[in-house]
Amino acid sequence: MVKKNIKLRDMSIHIMPYSEIRELSITERVKKILNLILGNRVVILQGRLRPEEEIRLIEDTMAMVDHIKSFKGIELAVVESSKNESFFVKMRRGIAQGLTGESSSLTVIGPASIVKEIKKDPSKIEVFLG
Amino acid sequence: MLKLLSRLFGIFRKRDNLKIGFYGPPNAGKTSLANILCLDWTGEELGSVSEIPHETRHVQFKEKVEIEHKGKKMVLKIVDTPGIATKIDYEDFIGFGVSKQDAKKRAKEATQGIIEAIKWLDDVDAVVIVLDSTENPYSQVNLTIIGNLLARKIPVLVVANKIDLRKSNVKKIEAAFPEYPVVGISAKKATNMNEFYDALFNLTKKV
Repeated sequence: MVKKNIKLRDMSIHIMPYSEIRELSITERVKKILNLILGNRVVILQGRLRPEEEIRLIEDTMAMVDHIKSFKGIELAVVESSKNESFFVKMRRGIAQGLTGESSSLTVIGPASIVKEIKKDPSKIEVFLG
Repeated sequence: MLKLLSRLFGIFRKRDNLKIGFYGPPNAGKTSLANILCLDWTGEELGSVSEIPHETRHVQFKEKVEIEHKGKKMVLKIVDTPGIATKIDYEDFIGFGVSKQDAKKRAKEATQGIIEAIKWLDDVDAVVIVLDSTENPYSQVNLTIIGNLLARKIPVLVVANKIDLRKSNVKKIEAAFPEYPVVGISAKKATNMNEFYDALFNLTKKV
């Protein structure tokens, strides 16, 4: 119980405007996010990553879990603002635009040791810390 | 002329030996479903299954699986991939009675398996996404996998597995992915396999 409190006390939230990663390459973007996660920060990113960046984030996360003893991985969720469009419409538009940071979505990424679970359905998101 | 013939031959060869990837989150039943196909059409199973997550920790294949259904034939390469997850904690395996040493080994192999599964996304012709129909389909892992398949223009069939369970909700999966065909099955009890084979043949036509 005490251990959990210490974890939560050490946690901080990093609000990341898309402009902070706009000029970065995919490798640099993922590296920047993972460095923040390793520093016990929950990242709230304006916009969303491209599909290939999301999968690269998972891939690099797994490589780090394999190499960093105390690191268990991440929790990741994207919150979309428009309820009237399907996931496919949003995703297709994002892919077509090439950049997804200008959208009104938010991406929440946190270390799995702190963010126990992100429950998501199309209209709401719940972040459980533990 | 030779070039044209070679290209035509290439097309037919590809169509006749399509690589079908089985993707999805851990414990959704990818290997159980792949085993039914392989056992039915080659007489051999592909891999072991278990209630412990990440039982499949390496990509496993079965070459030249010749499937015959309603008078039609096709030959596939079945590519069964480890479940994709964003976190791996060896302590989760200990809860299933695995020793600490084995749990750590399992976790290490699982992380490498996920990386291997992601790399295979570039090398499959079509994908069967196997989801547990008792779970929330809107998990980010599911959306990330589908987003990547959409971006790569890879045809997708969604399988809603575990329809034999009371909590199963195929309609929720259909509502989550309205642009893809969804087939509800139970890989454990081999239920609705005819519908699955219909959908699998349709999937290969889209390649």
